[in-house]
Amino acid sequence: MKYNFTVSPDFPPERIASWYIFNTWLQKKLDIAVHLELHNNFKELQASIDNDAVDIIYTNPFEAAGLVRDKGFMPVATPQGISDEAVIVVAADSDVDKVEDLKPGVKVALTDDQDVNMISMMMLEPAELNKDNIELSNQDNYVLVAKQLMNKKADVGFFYKAAYDELSGMIKSQLKPLVTSEISVIKHMFLVSPRFKEHHAALQEALVTMSDDDKGKQIVTDLGFEAWDKQTQEETEFMIDLMDTLK
Amino acid sequence: MMNVMKKEDVVGDYKEYTLSLYDGSEKTVYVTDIEKPFPEGKLIVSRTDTQGIITHCNEAFVFMSGWKEEELIGQPQNILRHPDIPKAVFKDIWDTLGANKKWSGYLKNLRKDGSYYWVNATVIPNVRNGEVVGYASVRRKPAANQIKKIEVEYAKMREQEGGAS
Ligand SMILES: Cc1cc2nc3c(=O)[nH]c(=O)nc-3n(C[C@H](O)[C@H](O)[C@H](O)COP(=O)(O)O)c2cc1C
Repeated sequence: MKYNFTVSPDFPPERIASWYIFNTWLQKKLDIAVHLELHNNFKELQASIDNDAVDIIYTNPFEAAGLVRDKGFMPVATPQGISDEAVIVVAADSDVDKVEDLKPGVKVALTDDQDVNMISMMMLEPAELNKDNIELSNQDNYVLVAKQLMNKKADVGFFYKAAYDELSGMIKSQLKPLVTSEISVIKHMFLVSPRFKEHHAALQEALVTMSDDDKGKQIVTDLGFEAWDKQTQEETEFMIDLMDTLK
Repeated sequence: MMNVMKKEDVVGDYKEYTLSLYDGSEKTVYVTDIEKPFPEGKLIVSRTDTQGIITHCNEAFVFMSGWKEEELIGQPQNILRHPDIPKAVFKDIWDTLGANKKWSGYLKNLRKDGSYYWVNATVIPNVRNGEVVGYASVRRKPAANQIKKIEVEYAKMREQEGGAS
């Protein structure tokens, strides 16, 4: 039996090779065949989920909520030391210095990363902005969101913090962050489908001990974090409850 | 034991109020008109058991309350209750949770030092295998204009309640 593995399309493009190396490690470790399929955007990912073509996934809690509650996916692990945070950004020369300076009618550039969009919308509330009084401009990726701001085609941009931090210095010098979330408890996670159930325990063990040897440690480091922590069903349920309060 | 406010912890000029609690008991609180600003970008999170006793709280909750974490765990969530919030609001929270629904609204919370902070709160039941195992609340920064409106509304409601806290 061959299993399908995917990663939500919000990781930095530089990490593509690292995810393929991770998949090779995974197959050797569990002695199973796994095909890694990466998607260009969340719409493609959703189509693949709807077709039950995903057995193993590393994704944000917004996507995880549907997988756990509607499709019976089980949590495995979560990356150590990093959480999902969002940044609200304007052009460096904008008159706006704080969220409260933003007015109804502003044009917001954003991606289809719902996790980030939800946290960002919440951070606009102190300015009494909501989806009914702002204009949305959907972009394929965060570099394009940055360009919309630099070219004055949008007033505000929503960024995944990890993606904002990896923008080039040249781009960042033309941007001004207004507020960064510090939620800490919303994290990406590794989940598996009911079809993968027999390997759940072995996968969890493999991930949690992955950084104990040099080779495993190197692979995790290349993915951008330090180690994997075990993620329980209750921790996941609570994270989903939290997401519900932000909707 | 319920943790009660002490005059020596209060900073600034205060007024004393006696709150009558839902369980029939009373407690004395000391209230100043000093506002503590909501921490930018943060969420204040707590969890309670089905009786409203705090079981978990995050760092922002501890920081904003002015109490230590160990002074909060095991205490009723009403440790934050401010006399300016009408009783009908709390009844609405509990009626909504009792119907297994999500409650959202504005609350003014009281700190250990007598000052206050406004929040835009959402409270939800934590449902596991079809059963409510507790409640959680996530509080975010409110819009200043909304607070101005709600202050007027809550003042009217308190008057209708006979001015008693
Ligand atoms: C999860 C949860 C969070 C709550 N958060 C608050 C809060 O932030 N401030 C507050 O005054 N009451 C809050 N309450 C309501 C209190 O439980 C309590 O009803 C209220 O403070 C009034 O006190 P009393 O019911 O003892 O009269 C919360 C209740 C629950 C279940």
